[in-house]
This record gives sequence, C-alpha cells and structure tokens, in this order.
Amino acid sequence: MSDCCSTATIEVPVEPRVAGKIRTVALVGPPNSGKSTLFNRLTGLRQKVANYPGVTVEQRVGRLSGIGRSDLTLIDLPGIYGLDTYSEDARVAVDVLRGEMPGTPAPDAILLVLDSLHLRRQLMLAAPVLALGLPTLVLLNMSDLMEARGGRVDTLALAQELGVPVAKISATRGTGLDSVTQFLNKKAEPEPELTASRIELPVVGNPRSYRQWATGISTRTKYKAPLSSQWTRRIDGILLHKAWGPLIFLAVVFAVFQVVFAIGQPLSDGFGDVLNLAGDKVGLLMGHGWVESLLIDGVWRGVASVLVFLPQILLLFLFIGVLEDSGYLARAALIADRVMRSIGLNGKAFIPLLSAYACAVPAIMATRTIENKRDRFATILVTPFMTCSARLPIYMLMIAAFIPNKPILGDFLGMRAAVMLSLYVLGFLAALGTARLLKSSILKASSAPFILELPQYRLPTVRSLSLRLMDRGKVFLKQAGTVILAVTMVLWVLSHLPAGTSLGESLIGRVGHFIEPAIRPLGFNWKIGIGLLTSVMAREVIVGTLGTLYGADPATQSLGLQAALRHDLTLGGAMALVVFFAFALQCTSTLAIVRRETNSWKWPALQFCYMGVLAYLAALATNQAILAFMR
Amino acid sequence: MVAIALLSGIGAEAADAVDEDFDLSGAWKLSLLSELPIGTVGVVEALELPGEVQHHLMHMGFVPEARVVVVRKAPAGDPTVYAIDGFEVALRRETAQAIRVREYDSLNPGKR
Repeated sequence: MSDCCSTATIEVPVEPRVAGKIRTVALVGPPNSGKSTLFNRLTGLRQKVANYPGVTVEQRVGRLSGIGRSDLTLIDLPGIYGLDTYSEDARVAVDVLRGEMPGTPAPDAILLVLDSLHLRRQLMLAAPVLALGLPTLVLLNMSDLMEARGGRVDTLALAQELGVPVAKISATRGTGLDSVTQFLNKKAEPEPELTASRIELPVVGNPRSYRQWATGISTRTKYKAPLSSQWTRRIDGILLHKAWGPLIFLAVVFAVFQVVFAIGQPLSDGFGDVLNLAGDKVGLLMGHGWVESLLIDGVWRGVASVLVFLPQILLLFLFIGVLEDSGYLARAALIADRVMRSIGLNGKAFIPLLSAYACAVPAIMATRTIENKRDRFATILVTPFMTCSARLPIYMLMIAAFIPNKPILGDFLGMRAAVMLSLYVLGFLAALGTARLLKSSILKASSAPFILELPQYRLPTVRSLSLRLMDRGKVFLKQAGTVILAVTMVLWVLSHLPAGTSLGESLIGRVGHFIEPAIRPLGFNWKIGIGLLTSVMAREVIVGTLGTLYGADPATQSLGLQAALRHDLTLGGAMALVVFFAFALQCTSTLAIVRRETNSWKWPALQFCYMGVLAYLAALATNQAILAFMR
Repeated sequence: MVAIALLSGIGAEAADAVDEDFDLSGAWKLSLLSELPIGTVGVVEALELPGEVQHHLMHMGFVPEARVVVVRKAPAGDPTVYAIDGFEVALRRETAQAIRVREYDSLNPGKR
C-alpha cells in the first residue's frame, strides 16, 4: 500500500466533512502559475491521473507525501482565470470546490498558487476563491525570480488585506514549502476562524471589479512588479524574427522528426525484438499447447505490440516537454498559426500533427496543449490520416513487389520513392480535407478565438521532464494496454477456433471468405480480407498475416512473400491495398487513446467508420482506374 | 514628461513601468487594437466580442482602461503579440479588431 508504484490504491475518502479537520486539499491557480510543478513537489510520485466524469478535463489526485503528510489528499484543479462557468475547466473547478463533483470529495482547505511575477493580474483569481470561505493559504510562487529581478511584495500586508496567510515559495526549487506544512498542521486543530468575515471582497463578480480590487490591493501592499526578463525579449527578437524565426522553426521541426524516426524507430524495433524473443523463450519453457499459444501468440504478442510504441512515445514527449517547458512551443504555435488557420485549425495543432508522422497515439495525447475543445477534437480526428510508421511495412512490401525501380527524374526520384511520397501526400490531403469538413460541419467554431499566452523562456528541469514522461507513459500503457489486450485475445480466439484448423478455415478465415464479394471490386481476395480483419489490431499485423496465409497455401508455399503476392494480386489490387491503408483507421491503440482523450466511444466510432468508408471508396477508385488504364 | 518618455520606449518594459498614476491627458485618438503600429501603446476602451471570449480576454487583463503595448508581429504578419499587465499575449487580427482602444497620438502631443 505504501510503495510509490501502487498509484491505483489512492482511494478518495468520501466522508462527511468534520469541522476543522482537513482530509482533502485543493490546489487552485491560474494557468502558468507553476501549479503543476508545485503539485509534483507536494505529492512526489504518488499521483493518479484520470478524467473527471463526463468531461475531457484531466483530474490529478495525489497524497501529500512530498511534505510528509501522506494522510492528506491533494486535488490539482485545472488552471483557471476565474470561477465563472464559461469554460469547461472552470466549470469543473467550481464543481470540485463546492463539493458537487461526483466521486471527488469536497475540499476542506485550499492552496491558492499565484505567480508573483505578475501578482497584480493573478490576484484577480483570489477574490472568487476567498469568497468560498474555505481555509486558504496563498502561495506566491517564483518569489526567488521576482526578488532577483527587483520585484517586492509585503506578505504580511497582503495577508492582512486578504485575511488569510500568505507565503513566498519557489516550486521549482522547493523552497518555502514548510509554510504549507504549518498551515495544514494549524488548521488540523479546531480553531475559531478569525478573519474570514473581515475582508472586503468585490460585490459584483465580474472581471472588471476583480481587477480593480486586485489593483487596489497590490497598490496598498506596495507590490512592485519585477522588470520583465530582458532575455525573453532578446531571444524572441531572434526566434520570432521575420526571416530567422521560420527558419529556426523548420530546423527544430526537422530535428524532432529526424530524432523520432532515426533514433526512436530502431529503438522501438529493437525493443520489439527483445519482447518477442522473451515471449519465444518463455513459450519454449511452457511447451506446445493451446495455453502456450493463447498466452504467447495472443496475450504476449498483443501486449508487445503496444509496448513497442513506448520508446517512440517517450522520446517524442521528451521533445515536446523540452519545447513546452522552455516556452518555445508557444512561439512555434505563433509561427505556425497562419498556415494552420488556412485549414481551419490553429497553430497549436502543428506539433501534434507533425508527431503523427511517427505515431498517432502520442500525437493525440499531445493535443492536450490545445485549449479550445473544438479545435482539439478536430485535430484528434484528422491526426490518424498522417502517414505513421506502422503503415510503412505494408507500403514497403507492396511497393517492392509491384513497382519497378525505374528512375523518373534521373537520380533524384525513383518510381518507388514517388509512389511512397504520393502516399504521404494522400494522407496529408485527406487530413486537410477532413479538417475543413469538420470545421464547417459538426465542429463548426462559432467564435473560438486564438488566444496564446507567450510565457517567459525558462530552462526545463530534469525533474519536471521525467515526471512528465512517467505520467504520459503510464497513461498510455494503462489506457491502450487494457483495450489492446482484450482485442488481441478476441482476435486470437477467432483465428484459432474451431480447434485444430488453419487460419484460412478458422472463424476469422470464414469471415474473410464471407466478405470476399464485397472486397472483390477493390481487387482484393479472401487472404487480403483476412489481413484487413487482423490488422484492425495494428496496421503492421497484415504483413505477418499474409506471410502465414501464403506460407500455408501449397500453390505459393515455395515462393517468397513478394513473389506470392505478384502471383495472386493485380497491380490495381496492390495499389488499392496501400491506398486503403493510407485512409483506414486500422489501429486499436489509436481508437483506445481517442476514446480516452474525448471521453466517449462516439468519437472513435465515428472516426473508424468515416475513415473506413473513405478507405473503401478510395481503394475502389484506385483499382478501377488502374484496370481501365491497363485495358 | 515621464509618461511621454515611457510611451516612446518600445516594448513591455514600458507597460511594466506604467503605473496607476499614469498620465492620461494629452492627445489620444480612437482606434482599433489591430490598427496600432508596433511599439505603440493603447488604452482599452471596450471589447465587442462574444460572451465567452470577452470574459476570457478580460480575465487576461483586457479590461477598460488597461494599457496595451503592441510588441511584435508573428513572422507571417499575424497574429500580433501584445503586452498587458506584464504578460505577452498573441491575438489574431480578427480578435484584435473587436477591441476598441485610445491611441496615444505621438505626432500631435498635447493637442486634442
């Protein structure tokens, strides 16, 4: 129970509030106030990430073991500017603070984090939060930076104005956190509330009155804002320069892409080999039988097919983490916005879409940086069209088997490379068209603006990067792993029943035969049909399935897979197959992660059907066009 | 004098230093935030945006009488980066067009 890894055992005690006794503490703060860093500081590694029921807002809960109070629960609320209910984030925050969120206990105390570099504006949130009347501790974060840059704040005067204790902290360095311990210890003893009624809060709860109130307080407490970092200005002068800016942007993008491909891909492949080898070794020990087959071919292979994504995902999130924590991600969004807007998305969608060339799963997880829900959903829905690395095995197989290696443009472009490139373009165009379609129909944005805060540049810390990696890795394994496991086992059962039959005669094989009339116009036969079915799990599975099927067929047994395919398929059918794969959503991991990120089965179901229909029609058109051309 | 000196300075250092006792007398002309050239200062008059957006922007500091400095444009010319309350926020042209501001007229100082 007490080890760090048993995160699932953090149970939220749903008990009635006892006066003066603290069980649950809520962490409240505006975006960019350093709230997440503080949460990580206070909870250590004992935290649980889930979605609040019915919404896509992420809920983080942890024990306060970072300050030795693992008996207390800390709830991290989404970053908010106010307690009005305009945004989903704010609605969730209000519900949690009022104790009206199902499954989340009502907080007994509040830690309000404010960025002391911009205290005048950040204080606007204090008014509605203090009005809740809960015991509150105000934490002025980044106070070390503020003082280093000549800023000043009188915490005593501020505490008097606000009627609650105020402490200076630095979440990054971990200083000043004893104030939290003191606050919690003190409040644990029943103690009459002294001050809550004395302070004056703005009567009308609108931003204007909050701002006047906040300005009044910061003036009376002689708050002096620090000089803004000259570094940020100077760096922006280069990174947002008319000519250098886009060039550096492209270089960064290229570097990320290159590393994820050049290092992440072999890493993933190697990891996959190790996992398969381990499976084989264990399989040998177990002997042959259906149990061994289910556990090794079914469960282990299925789990391994998910695990192989892990190195790429971690690498990509390392990059995104560095970009985001340093402050460059916001600048990248600023540079990309013009282009992204022309396809109906905003600048923040650029990095996720780019990541999708490696794998749609981390790309979809990375859409969390897009605050606007419609833009985020649109990005999630078009992401799987980008040509991910799992499509490459079938592309390479079919191209090698059917396309002659003839040069088109001298040494620059061969015919095979041209076909490969056009498949990339095809996927991109489908994403573009779909984004347009979505933004003009179901995800039509009435007024969604692009409001982008440009944070000051900071050096990312190893601590926050590693926590981020652990966090994302855990989410991926848990969400994708459970669904994948179930689907793999179902597929295994379907391809091994009735007992003792070959794949072609199994249940799934019969379905393959059954759908043959439907896929014949695409130039596919029943073997391809079975491949389409098994590859619902993951795109690359089709290569293995075709290998098994052609290997078992006496007519093609002696041939290599490429020769066997040439023997069995027309050029039209082969090209229709790669086009089908360019469009179809053949990836259970993606479906699982879309389900998690949109918190509903509706979106992945819609996406699967839409992409499937598109794939069928495009493959049909390809085959018929090639047939007509060859005639 | 101090106010004019601050206003002619470019960037958010000006906005940071501008305090509550900022001198609002002098020459001002009405304009839209999107029309202000880089390096100028505007004072927010009113926002004409749909409820949710307006609320969000007001929480970010775009309230009447707040001072906004036009810091720079994105390389593609849009969005534009504004400094307000020491923060930098990028807005697209379509959003900035809906924010009415008073612009300090540096060509005609002292005249109405």
